[in-house]
Amino acid sequence: MDGDTDIGGPGRRFPATRLSMVVAAGGRDGEVRARAFEALVAAYWKPVYKYVRIKWGASNEDAKDLTQGFFALAYEKAFFARYDPARARFRTYLRICLDGFVANQRKAEQRLKRGGHAETLSLDFEDAEEELRHCDVTDSLDMEQYFHREWVRHLFGLAVAALRERCKANGKNAQYRLFERYDLEGPDAAERVSYAQLALEFGLPATQVTNYLAWARREFRGIVLDTLRDLSGSDEEFRAEARLVLGVEPP
Amino acid sequence: MTRISDETLAHLREVADWPDLGSTRYEVRERLARGGMGTVYVARDRDLERDVALKVLSLPGSGPEAAARMLREARIIAQLEHPGIVPVHDVGTLPDGRVFYAMKLVGGSRLDHLLRRGRPLSELLGIFLRICEPVAFAHAHGVIHRDLKPENVMVGAFGEVLVMDWGVAKVLRQPESEPAGAVESPGTTEGDTAHGTILGTPGYMAPEQARGEVERIDERSDVYALGAILFFLLSERPPGSREAADTGQKTRTRPSGAAAAATPLAAPGKMNRTVPRPLQAICLKALAPEREARYATVQDLRADVSRFLASGPVEAYPEGPLERVRRFVRTYRTPIVLILAYILMRTLLIIFTGR
Repeated sequence: MDGDTDIGGPGRRFPATRLSMVVAAGGRDGEVRARAFEALVAAYWKPVYKYVRIKWGASNEDAKDLTQGFFALAYEKAFFARYDPARARFRTYLRICLDGFVANQRKAEQRLKRGGHAETLSLDFEDAEEELRHCDVTDSLDMEQYFHREWVRHLFGLAVAALRERCKANGKNAQYRLFERYDLEGPDAAERVSYAQLALEFGLPATQVTNYLAWARREFRGIVLDTLRDLSGSDEEFRAEARLVLGVEPP
Repeated sequence: MTRISDETLAHLREVADWPDLGSTRYEVRERLARGGMGTVYVARDRDLERDVALKVLSLPGSGPEAAARMLREARIIAQLEHPGIVPVHDVGTLPDGRVFYAMKLVGGSRLDHLLRRGRPLSELLGIFLRICEPVAFAHAHGVIHRDLKPENVMVGAFGEVLVMDWGVAKVLRQPESEPAGAVESPGTTEGDTAHGTILGTPGYMAPEQARGEVERIDERSDVYALGAILFFLLSERPPGSREAADTGQKTRTRPSGAAAAATPLAAPGKMNRTVPRPLQAICLKALAPEREARYATVQDLRADVSRFLASGPVEAYPEGPLERVRRFVRTYRTPIVLILAYILMRTLLIIFTGR
């Protein structure tokens, strides 16, 4: 993570046994529950914030309060403990809870009372605002699809950050830089860079470029799958999410 | 945090599933298509500096059966050297155990896409004849395609026609003129397809194929599929679509399996009155539910379509005397008109000059 939030992130992945965060967030152990909850906030705060801004037309400040308030209330009232994987995806459940929360807040027409837990949340709303400025929002936007797309964008952003940290820790900076040049910057470039150009630029044989990129993509995929597993309430949900997000059948 | 644009998002979703080609001489450029068994990528062959189509088994850890099937497909295609069949350049295994093979990258349009642009009948029939050629060639080598359909036919920019996707092909026998092993099939000559297994595409599958009667599948099953392609070319929908043309309702396609076999077919001419009757008859003969009633070989079907194109009598359509005269007149319209004009002039000359 590069500091956009101090919650969750690859350095604080929990628990090591790959117990689903969704399951852990509904558990009885207070410490486990709190840390799992933080991981869920890290994975979902940004799509939640954008969703509130777009769907509910909330101002920047209101959306910040609503996002903080939603997660605070979710923790206090143990929303996530009531999640039933047999009925819906966790993402869908979260979005329905969020809609209910915002509707209630609007109805009451009062400022949010932040819970004690919310004060520990430090979320980079400016970063989310910057992303919103680049977002093409139309009247015909399907809000469910929008929430999903922004969630995937955030998920991939977290995975890229985790990959960068992993490469740094393991002395694989060249692999990350290649991944960054070809897979992150490449799609937005006016002209697609070739493997041969990258080989020249990095002073590597072309075969090594292929190998490095394949390694980085494999790691990226692994990080995304691990995160999805964390964020799924059941194995079935995890597999469905993997197919939906990456188009792959997980091992 | 790194900002991820919509383009990068789409790219990352795609590359996350790209195969690891580090041990090969290929590098993936883009995904072309994804099928049930394999995914086809456009890849760069670094050694030969050319783009190829790379078919890779879709799922890592699919097991030896899927790997054997893919390898078998590559070997079948490699043995069928014909301009209408995409040549295989290379075959191999990726570090994760997935089998892949590299083949010529074919430019052009799929037949079903081509049809949307509107083509004259003679051109469509010309394409159909070229589809028949590689299929007949494969039959001569003891190979039945079993999944012929417009989606599996590519038409190149220069009119070249290629029959693709031999993944469910059945090897009937070794060709008599070829040495043993010319067409290799691991396991049984059935290609390891058990009785009751339904392989193919509803709408284009012969009834015996739809019923899973593997042992009854032979050249005539492909004749049926070719008839279905002809039907598609004439009607722009697969056979089995009923009442749609008359009522303007949404096309209903044939159900799969045994129900498909029991569903009566509609004649293409009932949907499109502009289709000449002899051509309808050819189509229906190829689509006969009983394989004994179909053309015995693809060559026979091809010959009948060629005769139609040459304005000759077709085997599938017995003409009455009147129809024979009509066809004769249509075929020799210009000389007949010239002769009649000459006779008329001579008659008038005799009448007015008395000579």
